[in-house]
Amino acid sequence: MNHLPLIIKREYLNKVKNKSFIIMTFLSPLIMVGLFALIAFLAQLNNDKVRTISILDESKLFVSQFKSTDKIKYDILTNVSLEDAKKIVQESKNYGLLYIPKADSIDALADKIKFYSEDSPSLMTMEEIERKIETKARDIKLRKSGIDPDLIHKLKVNVTANLETFSGEKTSKLGSTLKLVFGGAAGYLLFMFIIIYGNMIMRSVIEEKTSRIIEVIISSVKPIQLLLGKIFGTSLAGITQFLIWILIGGILMTVVSTVFGINMSGSPMASQEAVNQVANSAEMQKMMNLGMQEVLNLPLANLAIMFVLFFVGGYLLYGSLYAAIGAAVDSETDTQQFMMPILMPLMLAIYVGFFTVIENPHGTVSQIFSYVPFTSPVVMLMRIPFGVPIWQQLLSIAILFGTFFLTVLFAAKIYRVGILMYGKKPSYKEMRKWLKY
Amino acid sequence: MDNLLVAENIVKKFGDYTALNGVSIEVPKGSIFGLLGPNGAGKTTLIRIINQITMPDEGLVTLDGVKLQSNHIKDIGYLPEERGLYKSMKVGEQALYLAQLKGLTKNQAKERLKYWFDKFEITSWWNKKVQELSKGMAQKIQFIVTVLHQPKLLIFDEPFSGFDPINANIIKDEILQLREEGATVIFSTHRMESVEEMCDHIALIHESNKILDGKLIDIKRQYKSNIYEVGLLTEQKAETEKYLKEHFELSEAHFKTINDELKFNIKIDAGQTANELISHLTSKGQLTHFVEVIPSVNDIFIQTVQNN
Repeated sequence: MNHLPLIIKREYLNKVKNKSFIIMTFLSPLIMVGLFALIAFLAQLNNDKVRTISILDESKLFVSQFKSTDKIKYDILTNVSLEDAKKIVQESKNYGLLYIPKADSIDALADKIKFYSEDSPSLMTMEEIERKIETKARDIKLRKSGIDPDLIHKLKVNVTANLETFSGEKTSKLGSTLKLVFGGAAGYLLFMFIIIYGNMIMRSVIEEKTSRIIEVIISSVKPIQLLLGKIFGTSLAGITQFLIWILIGGILMTVVSTVFGINMSGSPMASQEAVNQVANSAEMQKMMNLGMQEVLNLPLANLAIMFVLFFVGGYLLYGSLYAAIGAAVDSETDTQQFMMPILMPLMLAIYVGFFTVIENPHGTVSQIFSYVPFTSPVVMLMRIPFGVPIWQQLLSIAILFGTFFLTVLFAAKIYRVGILMYGKKPSYKEMRKWLKY
Repeated sequence: MDNLLVAENIVKKFGDYTALNGVSIEVPKGSIFGLLGPNGAGKTTLIRIINQITMPDEGLVTLDGVKLQSNHIKDIGYLPEERGLYKSMKVGEQALYLAQLKGLTKNQAKERLKYWFDKFEITSWWNKKVQELSKGMAQKIQFIVTVLHQPKLLIFDEPFSGFDPINANIIKDEILQLREEGATVIFSTHRMESVEEMCDHIALIHESNKILDGKLIDIKRQYKSNIYEVGLLTEQKAETEKYLKEHFELSEAHFKTINDELKFNIKIDAGQTANELISHLTSKGQLTHFVEVIPSVNDIFIQTVQNN
């Protein structure tokens, strides 16, 4: 008798009707978006603070470089000693004091510049100050050597190589970034999905064990049917939750960004920004068009189909392993020792994906890991936007699904024995024995 | 008599451990069959093999003469010792689900559940969650689900554990009723008094081997020891006892009487009859108590297991 649809239905409804599941489904996007909004708000708050930096320039060479901006106000001190300057800065609670001494030459000066502050100053601020001094110092040295800095500026040539593949497709650096975003998002999504819903499968198997209903069920249903029913039912519940998250998240994000957009236009910077925007709008439009072009240039259909296949395959592969673990243990606390072998290849896949694939999508390491079934879903998904021959994709899919059938058989064996074992914390050695029962 | 279930030479090994070593049982149609044995003897393994939860390494199980196969699932109702329900599911939903797994349609299941819920007067539980029920209440649901699909063969593993005496009695009556209606029952328990009361066949499994089986009456006859429990009212207690000890095997007996009798268990030789013993005894005094000592299942269990 085939009870698979019945089991899937029960697993699905049981998950979806669960109160904490419903709460999580609707609360998570709220929390996430709330968090983003908070971070955005805090960042703005942080930036709003104007830093005042006092400058004591005894060489008088660099004063002209320091023009106050929205974020940093430069306060030029003159005719005070360094000791007095320090006192003034401390009393006025300014951010810091930049001290440039008199020196015989620019080179001698370079090592003697000092920055005094209460705490360690922010890296960004220091870099900005150092850059300003370096530029000025270089200009002075250029002039001394008889070269006009303006001339050098004029002679500068901007080169942007127009990228094109041999088959005539135009690409750009923007395109590469887009590909990374697409591939990375797909790989990461799968990774998250496996961890969240794999755990859910495991818990649902453990629940059947601890509630002792398993023997009743297993006397009417083949273990492999129950196992598959659990994996499919939980996946459907997961997909439902994911879709709701994306939907709610999307709506909330739009709402929040609109609200923040209004906030920005309300600020005094708005008019200035608007002017900039008008000036840049032609360029912006061009960028947008280019971006759209790039998105359309991606192998979108290929990506979509393969995303579904790898997603399903990868999830089923790991899901069956999670189920086997659930069957082997009595409670969730006992699962720790068995989680490592699952998490390791997953982490590896993510690391390979985010370091190796970004570096070289078609390098040897990337290629190998896009065939290994435990890492291929993530790694191959990240490679596909960069163009992978169809036969390679199909080969990888074939290996993945082939391995899935093996792991399901393996999991079913562990499952069949494990679900009827109570009160024992199994070891790997014992589980190996179960395979022979 | 026809056998509903026959298991022949069942061998089951778990690694190096042999759980069943060539065990055969025959369960006659319409009987209540007691499957007995100490803890860890292999009863549950045998029951799981009958339920096709595990497969035997060797041997053959037939139901109604047909080799056990997957569509036999609907012919068997199994109440395992380790039993439970989904805690977060509602009682009614859950009963429907389990009934459908046994091959009933949703409407059939609803109809029959209504009958049983009315019978046990638990209709109000339908929308309750299982975690709100007491252990005894949950056991009732499990019992209903076990018998709902009207299987030919019912297997109960410790069916009375968790029930109070009143509910245990209700369940006992239901089991007897189901037998009347034609079901065959395999019954595994450590409560010997329920075996005594209900079973007509038993099999005793010890350390993976079957060491005893047959009709309960036959087994009792076989274990008969020709011992009688006697109360004898006499003036000369000491002399009478001395005299009897010279001619018979005597042992101490404990039973309640209203007089100050001489009480003892007395064993006669296989050739002698009870009548001869009685006439012998009546010549020594007034006979107030005379009962044949029939071995209880409990005694047979302990004796057989210890001898092996």
